[in-house]
Amino acid sequence: MGMEGIGARVARKEDKRFITGKGKYTDDMVVPGMKQAHFVRSPHAHAKIVSIDTSAAEKMPGVIGILNGAQLSEDAIGNIICGWMIHSKDGSPMNMGVWRPLAQDTVRYVGDAIAIVVADTKAQARDAAEAVVIEYETLPVVTSAVDALKDGAPQLHANAPGNLIYDWEIGDAAATDAAIAAAAHVTEMKIINNRLVPNPMEPRAALGVYDEGEDHYTLWTTSQNPHVARLVLSAFYNVAPENKLRVIAPDVGGGFGSKIYIYPEEIVCLWASKRTGVPVKWNCDRTEAFLTDAHGRDHVSTVKMAFDANNRITGFKVDTIANLGAYMSLFSSSVPTYLYATLLSGQYNIPAIHANVRTVYTNTVPVDAYRGAGRPEATYLLERTMETAARELGVTPAELRRTNFIREFPHQTPVIMCYDAGDYEASLSAAMKASDYDGFPARKAEAKSRGKLRGIGMSCYIEACGIAPSAAVGSLGAGVGLWESAEVRVNAVGTVEVLTGSHSHGQGHETTFAQLVAGRFGVGIDSVSIVHGDTDKVQMGMGTYGSRSGAVGMSAVVKALDKVEAKAKKIAAHLMEADESDIVIENGELKVAGTDKSVPWFQMALAAYTAHNLPEGMEPGLKEGAFYDPSNFTFPAGCYICEVEVDPDTGKTEIVQFVAADDFGKIINPMIVEGQVHGGLAQGIGQALLEGAHYDPDSGQLLTASYMDYTMPRADDLPSFQVSTTETVCPSNPLGIKGCGEAGAIGSPPALINAITDAIGNNDLTMPATSQRVWAALASAR
Amino acid sequence: MYATNYHRASSVEDAVKLASSNDEAKYLSGGQTLLPTMKQRLAAPSDLVDLRHVSEMKGISVNGGKIRIGAATTHAEVANSAEIARACPALAHLAAHIGDPHVRHMGTIGGSIANNDPAADYPAGLLALGATIVTNTRSIAADDFFTGMFETALEDGELIVAVEITAPAKCGYAKFPNPASRYALTGVFVARQGDGSVRVAVTGAGSDGVFRQADMEQALASNFSAGALDGVTVDDSDLMADIHASSAYRANLVKVMAKRAVAAAG
Repeated sequence: MGMEGIGARVARKEDKRFITGKGKYTDDMVVPGMKQAHFVRSPHAHAKIVSIDTSAAEKMPGVIGILNGAQLSEDAIGNIICGWMIHSKDGSPMNMGVWRPLAQDTVRYVGDAIAIVVADTKAQARDAAEAVVIEYETLPVVTSAVDALKDGAPQLHANAPGNLIYDWEIGDAAATDAAIAAAAHVTEMKIINNRLVPNPMEPRAALGVYDEGEDHYTLWTTSQNPHVARLVLSAFYNVAPENKLRVIAPDVGGGFGSKIYIYPEEIVCLWASKRTGVPVKWNCDRTEAFLTDAHGRDHVSTVKMAFDANNRITGFKVDTIANLGAYMSLFSSSVPTYLYATLLSGQYNIPAIHANVRTVYTNTVPVDAYRGAGRPEATYLLERTMETAARELGVTPAELRRTNFIREFPHQTPVIMCYDAGDYEASLSAAMKASDYDGFPARKAEAKSRGKLRGIGMSCYIEACGIAPSAAVGSLGAGVGLWESAEVRVNAVGTVEVLTGSHSHGQGHETTFAQLVAGRFGVGIDSVSIVHGDTDKVQMGMGTYGSRSGAVGMSAVVKALDKVEAKAKKIAAHLMEADESDIVIENGELKVAGTDKSVPWFQMALAAYTAHNLPEGMEPGLKEGAFYDPSNFTFPAGCYICEVEVDPDTGKTEIVQFVAADDFGKIINPMIVEGQVHGGLAQGIGQALLEGAHYDPDSGQLLTASYMDYTMPRADDLPSFQVSTTETVCPSNPLGIKGCGEAGAIGSPPALINAITDAIGNNDLTMPATSQRVWAALASAR
Repeated sequence: MYATNYHRASSVEDAVKLASSNDEAKYLSGGQTLLPTMKQRLAAPSDLVDLRHVSEMKGISVNGGKIRIGAATTHAEVANSAEIARACPALAHLAAHIGDPHVRHMGTIGGSIANNDPAADYPAGLLALGATIVTNTRSIAADDFFTGMFETALEDGELIVAVEITAPAKCGYAKFPNPASRYALTGVFVARQGDGSVRVAVTGAGSDGVFRQADMEQALASNFSAGALDGVTVDDSDLMADIHASSAYRANLVKVMAKRAVAAAG
């Protein structure tokens, strides 16, 4: 490992521009003639659109055009699609309701876009939007998925009777039922996974530019995957052909999944640019973000876990109802199925698992992947159930987990996944040691002397990153392949550009991807530039989500680096009249092993481009590309232990200690990994303690539509985290890495709720565990 | 935000004149509620008359037991005032816990009480301290000033110039913040005067804004200790209920915060 190579704690190259306000985001983009857009949105959660009258609005100052769904249909712009086909257990395909980018006949959630107003200024566009007169005929509303399945519930889509999207299952129902019937003990729980609003720091934005002279389109957008956006915009939405469309996702201020999807606004801005003849800029205000960004989670589940007389798990049965909102967002169908139920074996040997999942339409904003996407929901079920079972069985939480840990790899679970490597005992032991688990009773007694209720809880999570391989996900219904591409260009002076199909929106790729090159060729990371986020520069890629950039994106870079290295060695061998197998690269030089002969890296690169003296038949230049399709998911795992103190008078919970021991495989940059864990923990703790989207059940209005009512975690809500790592090398990719982006958000909620329920002696507690809920749970336990 | 005309008033007289010259004018005194409301287009004053630079409305003076705080004095100035910290420490503590640093450096005491948000901190402080609100035309006792949720005794165009307080013998403020907004989910200010009388004012909890808790005042007048409140039962029938807290939870918080306020008062 060099000073800047793999494993080095290098400061992030990109931070200088972010911290000093020099980042360039979509809303910073200005093009000549650019105009401003504002969307007319439904104030109703469910209504027929009787009429739309734009005549007064069109006469308002500065107005260039007002477009609605009728014009969208004239131009044959396609429906917004869900890109992962799920079949119900009866074999029928999922019931995908029609989602028009601008609602034409019916609106189905508060914030549903109806028209776009383009004007000289934002204020003018907003003024004119207020002057658009829409007559509605309101319809009954349902916001809860459980209620939406009931007889007589308001119906959202004609092709989805009973609001049911699909009724899907995985695993062996008969074997699981038999295990439960024969069990020595069964733990049963009803568990709610609360709905969350992603809240990236940068709200969504789009700038659509149609160039009539070239008949060419450019879209700047806040996307985690600009190539997927281009593919969908051309192949499904009929906005522009792929060769005439450039999508650029410049600096993006966080996504957490919410910027994977292609939203109505991007489609409409791009289309409206051609229709109005001006570049169209839209940026979302924070209220719009609350109302229209895809939300996360929102599951209601019942579980039964069966144990034999030796406390070994014999079966796990899960029934889940998942709220997908008013329409099916891009990957919404996969989240509560293949990203969720396939993780229900956790870190444990479970011979029989069965999960049934019903997904449901409601009059709420669409729900899709949010940091962890299905895996937090699975982990929450498992780890709440394990802790509860330990209490019921009278064994320690650690003992019950140890009794059931998977200890041999590879391990085939009953729910598709084949775990390639792990050491769950190692992370459990590390976390227990770091938390001084054995000293807890003394700390609890000391807290009691101060009038505080102290509790401890743990969570042993597993996640699956780098969803793959493409053929496998294709067979499960995915509409895309999940490989990644890379191109490494060595310039004539030896500096390096790496083009990647991954997209960085906070992850630090400009640093970590450069570390791969630095470590390999001995050039400083400042001599390595990472190019991403522009479909005109990078040919194709699948973007960044699901902690895939390391395991998949970096693996593609490694493949390209292998090719560059091979050619570089050939050139160097030729220049030094040595055998290429004797060439080693060290400290920025290509050396003949065992001699003092060497060629500096830059000189080799120059030779490649002058082409004065290359091996016979070799093409000039030094540039290589690669596509990488993984052979398997990667399986990060770890153990989190949380300790809380509850104030019995107010129910307020203070997290007094939080320990994380994660196995991410090989680590490229420990500082960035720690940052990812910190951020993930903050979001997981946010979910468990503070956050929750709340719709009024009668009106369908989002009551938590601002920071006045939606509690984002703040620094003073969080403890100083104690994070550490253990390591088993991932055998499924060349770097041995697993991924770290989501672990914190996956593993932390059950650890925290297990700790609070331990403190208060009442296991009946729903997230977010607000002070009021904890106080009420304490009161009912008294 | 709709377009609006900004005026910087130079004196109280100037401010009143500017405001009276337009029916849709509003005073701006920090704008920590008004400006966000305008940004959401929920308020649309034609004219804003900024009071924060009117020198006669700024500053803190303490003479003997008489405290005077100019209406345009920021929360940060009150929080950081050594004189307030000596004369009425709970008021400095209250000001130091309003919103966040941005709010405290922009928001003013006059702006806060004129708005009379049912979850704002200052109304509890001024009501418990028996403050006098001095306007450009008269003086109003705090008991008469806070008339309901977002409502005060101020007439159209009437302008708060200062707040006058007699330093109490003891005072304490305890607040349980709303986890999202950090306004008071419930806040209780307790003040004991030199003559032994006690006033207890509650914010964040009442369905009609700030109110006094008479039974607590009586219990504390005879025994100024947290334990004196053990026997008091808080009726939740007039308390707010929303997604953050039920009325029963707020009733519990009124008692818990009152005890903590008394304990803080020493």
